[in-house]
Amino acid sequence: MSCCAPGAEGSFDRPLPSSAELKLASRIVGPGLRQTDLSVPQVHCGTCITAIEKALNGLPLVERARVNLSMKRVTIIWKEKVGNEPADPAILITAIVGATGYDAHLFANMEDAGDMLQRDLIRAVAVSGFAAANIMLLSVSVWSGAEASTRDLFHWISAMIAAPALIYGGRFFYQSAWKALRGGRTNMDVPIALAITLSYAASLWETMHHGEHAWFDATVSLLFFLLIGRTLDHVMRDRARAAITGLARLSPRGATLIGADGSREYRAIEDITPGDRIAIAAGERVPVDGVVETGASDMDVSIVNGESAPKPVKPGDQLQAGTLSLTGSLVLRATTAAKDSFLSEVISLMEAAEGGRARYRRLADRAAQYYSPAVHLLALAAFLCWGFIGGDWKQAMLVSIAVLIITCPCALGLSVPVVQVVAAGRLFKNGIMVKDGSAMERLEEVDAVLFDKTGTLTLGRPRLLNIDRIDEKHLALAAGLAVHSRHPLSQALAHAVSGPVVIFETVREIPGQGLESTTPTGIYRLGNRYFALSGPDEANPGNGLSETVLSLDGREIATFRFDDMPRPGAQSVVASLSAKGFETGMLSGDRREVVANLAIRLGLHHWQAELSPKQKAQFCTSLAEKDRKVLMVGDGINDAPALAAAHVSIAPATATDIGRQAADFVFMHDSLEAVPLAIDLSRRAGRLIRENFALAIGYNIVAVPIALAGYATPLIAAIAMSTSSIIVVANAMRLNGALTKSVPSNAAQSLGEGARLA
Amino acid sequence: MNMLVYLIPIALFLGGLGLCAFLWSLKSGQYEDLEGASWRMLRDDPPE
Repeated sequence: MSCCAPGAEGSFDRPLPSSAELKLASRIVGPGLRQTDLSVPQVHCGTCITAIEKALNGLPLVERARVNLSMKRVTIIWKEKVGNEPADPAILITAIVGATGYDAHLFANMEDAGDMLQRDLIRAVAVSGFAAANIMLLSVSVWSGAEASTRDLFHWISAMIAAPALIYGGRFFYQSAWKALRGGRTNMDVPIALAITLSYAASLWETMHHGEHAWFDATVSLLFFLLIGRTLDHVMRDRARAAITGLARLSPRGATLIGADGSREYRAIEDITPGDRIAIAAGERVPVDGVVETGASDMDVSIVNGESAPKPVKPGDQLQAGTLSLTGSLVLRATTAAKDSFLSEVISLMEAAEGGRARYRRLADRAAQYYSPAVHLLALAAFLCWGFIGGDWKQAMLVSIAVLIITCPCALGLSVPVVQVVAAGRLFKNGIMVKDGSAMERLEEVDAVLFDKTGTLTLGRPRLLNIDRIDEKHLALAAGLAVHSRHPLSQALAHAVSGPVVIFETVREIPGQGLESTTPTGIYRLGNRYFALSGPDEANPGNGLSETVLSLDGREIATFRFDDMPRPGAQSVVASLSAKGFETGMLSGDRREVVANLAIRLGLHHWQAELSPKQKAQFCTSLAEKDRKVLMVGDGINDAPALAAAHVSIAPATATDIGRQAADFVFMHDSLEAVPLAIDLSRRAGRLIRENFALAIGYNIVAVPIALAGYATPLIAAIAMSTSSIIVVANAMRLNGALTKSVPSNAAQSLGEGARLA
Repeated sequence: MNMLVYLIPIALFLGGLGLCAFLWSLKSGQYEDLEGASWRMLRDDPPE
């Protein structure tokens, strides 16, 4: 990809949002000012920033514009009125496209609850870090021999610093622990909350009675370490989400309604009721399910059946929401409201399928299930033993608090997120996004891999097969016609020809048929055989995706044959997965013979053809009932329920919005190598997590007797706690050196490519 | 001992200053676009 030179990437394949849609999606930020956030997935360098900002700030309606390179977004504040004229926000998009050649589109504006939580967590880390450092400073003085009143003073200052930090930083643990206890469960946060509360209370009591030992430093540094772990967990989720939602959005925000008197009005999608007449231009998506009233077009129905072959439609045909009109304009009569449309149906199917995933418990929580009762019993036993045998209840209290602090799952709380963040970082470098840590834990257990066909095992893009056997003159002619159409076959044809093309003055597109141009030489036609040769041809029934015929005055000049391109590495990936003992399979909505053909070629164990979205999900569930852990790799809307039903799922970046939302992993490169790489890395991460658990348990075996014997002073606790944390973090870092092989491609570039193909 | 009366507040104040500086930089969005900031630094034209 050459860098952002104007026109370098002139890809107008995707319909740009209209100005009414932009206005609907913007929000008011001040008197007469509106803010619009656009996603520009291809921005990747400083020149892009300058080009976009310069172009936008040069427009009279723009108040200010700023590019966010990490999120690949542009935030624009624009004036509703320039002078006295209402401003047209559509020029914002054309300005970006004109300056860089990159697509800009609106994205689903999800509420930023996760983002707020992350900010709160970072603030809490900062506050507790500040508190921990200062208390540690005072504690060092105490350990090095501060006496009597000086020690008391230091303890009091520590107590005052610790209290607000505990409330501000500790609330995350208190809330989570409370929620767990109220639900009759226990999690990792229960011993944490108990340890920090009890140790603070006891230390305060000690301070009041001029005691020698106070645990403020341990309490707050514990909180600091645990908050770091919690924050890392969130940062990882957020980064993946930002990258995923940055790509295109599937369902339109509104549609143009035609009133009874022929008036046109742009209305939000929620306000469309059954019976409304909706105008759909070429390049627009169908907003709600409906029936075609007038017009004809080729529809991209890939979201329904996953296939890229367009379907011609005529008046009376049913259309599902989310399908894209490629070539013609239509008038549609809505049959359902948005909430009952096909898309919503798929979403409810997905929700129903989520069972397996919701039942999965995180590794750390499963560990906590055994860990926290054991710790609590141990502390209680120590308290009672020291109390009854020694008779000194104060000493008994101190010992049991020492036990709680020493055993506090600091290493556990830190080790899982650190390992997962390092692993996610490695995957990210190889163009794979992870939704959350539990996805990696689930991927580790997988023993069967199922693939979708179109868009997953194949790229879902037609490729011109017989380019070598066609005269260059004919190619130039066909490409000259093909550039005028959005039809996938035309686009494939236009892309395949690298030389000069013939320029046609006027080209007419007949939806569902093909292209036609009247020239002095005669009438050129490019389209299906029936249309090009102006007569039925029984010998070649031909199906939608396979061929296109170029004709002059009804005589055939050339026939172009197309085939779907298998994704790079598909064969080797399937072979290597089988060799590693995974069961492999293919679930497709496509015709039986096509599916069988590909399955045999790739060497898959199982295959199923002509499946509906529901059947795909059922197949995943039936395997799960046989106690198989299924990894589903798919991209379409029709795969979404299966993606949700599987134990864990991966989608390519070219997948539909909903497919990406349903999947746990999203890979940005074309190659399927991402699948074994993700499995491999998840397994390594799992091994490291278990190593860290073993380390933490080993450390407890050494440290707990010391605490039980009453020798654990605050100094010993502080040293033990920091060393154990450092050891687990250092162990997690080994993952960085573990894999030397990486795909030599830059992430930004592939993200751009993914978006372009989307 | 008397020294402590000054030194402890000074230490706490300086630490608090650092904390406030961090919270301010977080609030003013300086961590929003780390990748972009590294490019903007190299830009020739003066910022508007």
